[in-house]
Amino acid sequence: MSTTISTMSPTAIKETGMPEAKTTKVTNERPAETVIEEGRTVGIPFSDDPKFKLRDVEVFYGETRAIRNISLDIARNEVIAFIGPSGCGKSTFLRCLNRMNDSIDTCRIKGSLQLDGQDIYDPKRDVVELRARVGMVFQKPNPFPKSIYDNVAYGPRIHGLANRKSDLDDIVENSLRKAGLWNEAKDRLDAMATGMSGGQQQRLCIARAIAVSPEVVLMDEPCSALDPIATARIEELIAELSESYTIVIVTHSMQQAARVSNRTAYFHLGNLVEVNDTSKVFTMPEHELTESYITGRFG
Amino acid sequence: MTNPGSQAELVRRSLKRRYRKERRFRFYGITAIAIALFSLVILFTDIISKGYTGFIKTTVTLEVHLDGDLMYLNDATDPEQIAMADFQAPIIKALQGYFPQATSRADKREFSRMTGSYASNQVRDLLKENPDWLGSTRTIEFPAHDTVSVYVKHAGDPGYSIRLTEQQQRWTDELLRKGVIDTGFNDVFFTSGDSREPSNAGILGALIGSLLTMGITLVIAFPVGVAAAIYLEEFAPSNRLTDFIEVNINNLAAVPSIIFGLLGLAVFIGVFGMPRSVPVVGGLVLALMTLPTIIISSRAAIKSVPPSIREAAEGIGASKMQVVLHHVLPLAMPGMLTGSIIGMAQALGETAPLLLIGMVAFIVEIPDGFFSSATVLPVQIFIWAGSAEQGFVELASAGIMVLLAFLITMNAFAIWLRKRLERRW
Repeated sequence: MSTTISTMSPTAIKETGMPEAKTTKVTNERPAETVIEEGRTVGIPFSDDPKFKLRDVEVFYGETRAIRNISLDIARNEVIAFIGPSGCGKSTFLRCLNRMNDSIDTCRIKGSLQLDGQDIYDPKRDVVELRARVGMVFQKPNPFPKSIYDNVAYGPRIHGLANRKSDLDDIVENSLRKAGLWNEAKDRLDAMATGMSGGQQQRLCIARAIAVSPEVVLMDEPCSALDPIATARIEELIAELSESYTIVIVTHSMQQAARVSNRTAYFHLGNLVEVNDTSKVFTMPEHELTESYITGRFG
Repeated sequence: MTNPGSQAELVRRSLKRRYRKERRFRFYGITAIAIALFSLVILFTDIISKGYTGFIKTTVTLEVHLDGDLMYLNDATDPEQIAMADFQAPIIKALQGYFPQATSRADKREFSRMTGSYASNQVRDLLKENPDWLGSTRTIEFPAHDTVSVYVKHAGDPGYSIRLTEQQQRWTDELLRKGVIDTGFNDVFFTSGDSREPSNAGILGALIGSLLTMGITLVIAFPVGVAAAIYLEEFAPSNRLTDFIEVNINNLAAVPSIIFGLLGLAVFIGVFGMPRSVPVVGGLVLALMTLPTIIISSRAAIKSVPPSIREAAEGIGASKMQVVLHHVLPLAMPGMLTGSIIGMAQALGETAPLLLIGMVAFIVEIPDGFFSSATVLPVQIFIWAGSAEQGFVELASAGIMVLLAFLITMNAFAIWLRKRLERRW
C-alpha cells in the first residue's frame, strides 16, 4: 500500500466532494480507490458519559504524522476494540492514553486528551498518578524477573496502597483471583514468574495491572503471543473485568474484537475511519474501507 | 522453467561448497584457540618453572652460644651497648664449630657470608627481646646468604652463576649433609615486606598495598561509573553536550595510563598536596583510569535491559527513578560487574601511572593504612626484576604468580557474584 497526497481519481472526488489537498489517497491491489477524509469518522464516535474525551488528536514521530486528527470518546465501563491493518496507528493511539509515548524523544502529541474532564497532557499532571489510574497490558507477556507474588505486589508497593503485609497479601490474592490465576499460582507464589507458561504470564501481567485498582485497562494485542486456549482464557477474563473497568483493547483478530468488545474502532493509516457498535461494524460497516478490511481484502 | 532435477543438483553442489566453508571456518577457529592456549601454556610453564623456587627458602640453623665477651656485651638492656655490640661474632663462632681448621681472618669473612646480611640484626633483636638469653646457647634459624641459597637451589643451572668460593661450596655441601643448611617453605615471602636481601624480601607489603589501592579504586570508580552511566543512559537529554561527553569518555578509555599518572602527580600531589607513594593517590589515579571502562560497559549493560521490562514498570506507574532502581539496575548489574572487573583487573596490573606518583619507592614496612607509604604487586615485580641480586629473579617470578593468583581470585569472585545476580527473563 502507498499513501500519497496527490491527484485523485474522478471517482474519489465524486465520492467525497473534498478538495484535493486535504485528502489522502489510499491504494491497494484492488481497483477500488477509496479516500479517507481526515478528521471525519463515520458511526458513533462520541458518548454521553465519556471516560476519555479525545479531540483532534495528532501524533508525530519526528516529521511523520502517525495519527491524523482523531476525535473519539471512550465511554465509562465499556470495552472498546481498536482494529486495523498493521501500522495504522492503533497502538500509538492507545499508548497516548496513559502517556507511554513520553519516553520516545521524537514523539509529539497535539490536540486535547481528557480523562474524566482533566487534561492528560497537562504539564502539571503527574504521569505516575495517571498510570496508576490507567493500567496497561502489553503485547508480549513481560513479567518482572521476580517471584509471582512480587510481580503483583509491585504496583501496590510503589503506590503505597498497602500498609501491612496482610493487606498486601489480600491485594495479591484478589488480583490473582480476578485474573483467574489464583488456583494455579497459590502454591508457588515464591516461584519465578518467568518460569510460567506464556498464557499464565499474560494473566499475571493482567493481575499486576489490576492490582493497583486502575479505572481503565489498556491492552495492546494481549493475545498475539498466545495459543487459542490461553487466548480464550484471557477473553473470558476481559468479559469479567468489563464489569468494573473501562477496557481499551488493540487486536489484530477481528473475531476477538467481535467477541469481547461493545464498540469497535477501525483505524486506517493514522485515521479513525469508523467507530460503531461491534455488531454493527462486523455486520453492516458503513465505510467502504472497514468493509474491505473485515471481509479480508487487505490488512 | 528450471528443470527440478538440475535444481536439486545445483543445491547439492552449493551444499558441498557451504560445508567446505563451514569446515574451513571451524579449522581457523580451532587453530586460533590452539595458538592462544599454546602461548598460555608456555607463559605459565616459564613463570612457574622459574618462580617456584621463590617459594623455597634456604636456612642455616645454628646452635649459637650468646657469649657476652665475644659480643662485647654484658647487659642486653642497655641500648648503648646494644648499638656497639658485635652480633656477628657468635654466628661465626657457631659455624666455625663445624670447621675447626678454618680460623684465618679470610675464613671468618667467608663464614660471615654464609648467613644472610641481616643475621646479626636477628641476633640483636632476639637479645633485645630476651635480655636473659645472654650467656646461654640457643638454636636459631637464619636465612642463608643469597649466594648460598642460589648454590643450594640452582647448582648446575646455566641461568645462574655460582658466586661462592670453593671453600664455601665445600662448607655448604658439608652443612647440607649435616642438615644445618636446609630448605623449606618460604614463609618469609608471604609475611614480610621488601628487603635489600632476597632471603628477607617478601610480597606481603605489595599485596596489602595492592589491596588498599584496589579498595580505593573500587569504592570510587564503581559508584561514580555506574551513576554516570545511569545518568547518561536514562536521564540525560540527547544533545550536543551529551554527545561531546560521550565522545570524550570513549577517548579517555584509550588514553595511555601514564598520562593518568602525570595527572595524578600534577593534581592530587601538586595541587591538593597529598603525600607521595600512598594507596589513596594510587587508588584515585587508577579510579580515573578505570572510569571510562566502567562507564562504557555499564551503559552497554543498561542498553541491553529489555525495553519490555521498562515498559511494564512504567505501565504500572513506576517513576523514572523507580524503574531504574527496581528494574534496570538489578538486571544490568551482572554486565556492570563484568565491566568493572575488567577495569579493575587492568588497574591491578597497572605500573606506569604508579611509578609517577612515587609508589615505586623502596618500602620495607607493611602498609597499615590508606595514607602509609606502599607499593603494589606489579611495581614490586618491576623493582625485583631490575635488582642485581640473583635471588630476586625467582622472587619476581614468584611475585608474578601471586599477582596472577590475586587476579584469578578477583575474577572468580566476580563470576560468582554475577552468577548470583543473574536472572532470567
